[in-house]
Amino acid sequence: MAVPTTAGRLRKNRGAAPLQSLFWRLPWLRSALLLTPPLGWFVLIYLSSLVLLLVTAFWTIDTFTTQIVQVWSVDNFTLIVNEPAYRLIIGRTIGLAALVTFTDAVLAFPFAYFMARVATRRTQTILFAAVLLPLWASYLARVYAWILILNHSGILNWSLQSIGLPPANIGYTIPAMWIVFSYIWLPFMIIPTYAALERVPESLLEAAADLGAPRWRALLDVVLPLAVPGVVAGSIFTFSLTLGDYITPILVGGAGSTFIGNVVYSSVGIANNVPFAAALAMVPVAIMAVYLLIARRLGAFEAL
Amino acid sequence: MRSTKAPAMWVRLGTVAAAAVIAITACGSNASPGGSTAAQPPTAGMKPPTSVGAGEGQLNLIAWEGYVDDSWVKQFTANTGCKVNAKYAGSSDEMVSLMKGGGGGQWDMVSASGDADLRLIYGGDVKPMNTDLIPDFKNFQTYFKAPGYNTINGIHYGISLQWGPNTLLYSTKKFPNAPTSWSVIYDPANKGLVTVPDNPIQIADAALYLMKTQPSLGIKDPYELTQKQFDASVTLLKQQRPLIKKYWGTAGDEITLFENGDVVVGAAWPYQTIQLKADGKVAVADTIPTEGATGWGDTWMLATNAPHPNCAYLWTAYVSTAKVQAEQALFFGETPVNTMACQEMESLQAGSCAQYHADAPGSYFNTIKFWKTPIATCPDGSSSCIPYAQWQTAWTTITA
Repeated sequence: MAVPTTAGRLRKNRGAAPLQSLFWRLPWLRSALLLTPPLGWFVLIYLSSLVLLLVTAFWTIDTFTTQIVQVWSVDNFTLIVNEPAYRLIIGRTIGLAALVTFTDAVLAFPFAYFMARVATRRTQTILFAAVLLPLWASYLARVYAWILILNHSGILNWSLQSIGLPPANIGYTIPAMWIVFSYIWLPFMIIPTYAALERVPESLLEAAADLGAPRWRALLDVVLPLAVPGVVAGSIFTFSLTLGDYITPILVGGAGSTFIGNVVYSSVGIANNVPFAAALAMVPVAIMAVYLLIARRLGAFEAL
Repeated sequence: MRSTKAPAMWVRLGTVAAAAVIAITACGSNASPGGSTAAQPPTAGMKPPTSVGAGEGQLNLIAWEGYVDDSWVKQFTANTGCKVNAKYAGSSDEMVSLMKGGGGGQWDMVSASGDADLRLIYGGDVKPMNTDLIPDFKNFQTYFKAPGYNTINGIHYGISLQWGPNTLLYSTKKFPNAPTSWSVIYDPANKGLVTVPDNPIQIADAALYLMKTQPSLGIKDPYELTQKQFDASVTLLKQQRPLIKKYWGTAGDEITLFENGDVVVGAAWPYQTIQLKADGKVAVADTIPTEGATGWGDTWMLATNAPHPNCAYLWTAYVSTAKVQAEQALFFGETPVNTMACQEMESLQAGSCAQYHADAPGSYFNTIKFWKTPIATCPDGSSSCIPYAQWQTAWTTITA
């Protein structure tokens, strides 16, 4: 009895909505319509801007008028490779991005482990809120807060001196940038690591225990390998976000803290040299392409 | 006030545009601009009006943010019936491209800085102005009646507005006796305690210092440097690099650095000194050392095809009056060119006249080298000088 009733309702609906009936007859149309706006957005805004960037990088400017000269050359790339200052800046940017990623991974793992496998449901919720809380505040506000902590008369030096230690004086240095970057991107490492750890089946740990593995052994041989894709997924965020940043170097960096992003910014904003900026901007793009290939091999995309 | 000013000022400081004055080379002339034998700009022959008629009801301005503020614009509109439409530009480059893009028929005036002026003049985008139609012109500081960046062969391509020097700012606790030389920012004794602007034009400041300390280099103008002179300036700045705590980007940055005790000496604008003194957290003072200093000067320039020339003249006359000059100076943190503005400044904010050097004697201006765009053409006519594009590249290698 139930079958004819359902069919009857279906027929009635089709009559009421001609568009729906069209979708029913041509199922691909629905997905095409649904996907066109996001895909169009992706192709137009994302890919075409990247292609434009790549093309512009092979042009140069007339140093006299700063007009773009549309003559193909690899001068910009030659300059980047041959000028020690740019090599230094690229090396510094990659080095600090790697250091920040490592620091965040080390900090995030125990935290995520506690959240996923030890904490009660209630504590878990509180910790989740705590991790995400800083993201509610403006990026700038958080960086400025660190300036207040790290500067000469800041909280850090004040605390050190009040317990009789010499001041650290790390304001406006590379270590200051390392601390601020590690703090700012930490949530982006904790969340994927937590997700990976939560997915480790309890049964595997029980099996490890049954087979006589001590807890540390189970952690090392069972949990850690299963968490790696999550950590690598998090590292995509921490690494790429640090790699592309230019605000923190401006605010907490001192002399000799120029990042790739800062040179790109001044090439466009001050020198009006868009082709050179484009060429330099290709460096992080290339680095990220390599990084993502490695991350894929480590299973990070399945963990996302 | 800081929030209004700091970004605008920085952007303008940061945008000394790359190589200008296309027309100079296009005409094949070897003369340097500003001198008595400079090439004639394309609009030199246009005769300015001898009287100002009734306003056309509209005035379209390209200006720095904060230069067309309601607090003095309202009164102008009430007086003249000219409705002011302002387009704020973020950089000298933007000003030049707006003026060129509009074909000159869209805009009436632009509040251009010294580094953009010659490009506009030689690009034929602006035309001569009659200073007789500006009643307050006679009260201007002598220097700003005909500075090289807006007056060529005695023809005025605009009316000077405001200016500011780049000063030596220092903590009076660290330096009980005022430093008399820029050498303090190159002295290893102050390692890690110095700040200078993150701006390629800082190379001119080094050149200015070398002009006096290494006369054998033969530097005559810090914006016209041969390769040898340029290299010496860059070397000096590379030696200075370990002394720098931070290259500052905005006025607010430098204020924070001083207030927190991270630096004790640096290159600054009068604005920072005033703010630091007002905040009272740290004892500071500023000075123009014996070597002199660099500085900037702004000019209201009239578009060649300005659709509302009467309103433009009325506006220029209005903003040149002592009262408006004083208001703008205090609003933006700079110095009026009208000497009569001093009294008005005092009544608005006691002590501000001397603070901003608005009462400076004529000799003061000989110590200031006003900004102009470094171009490849040297004063001797050869093309061996270093253009701005290379200044920018060199600056990256210095600060990297």
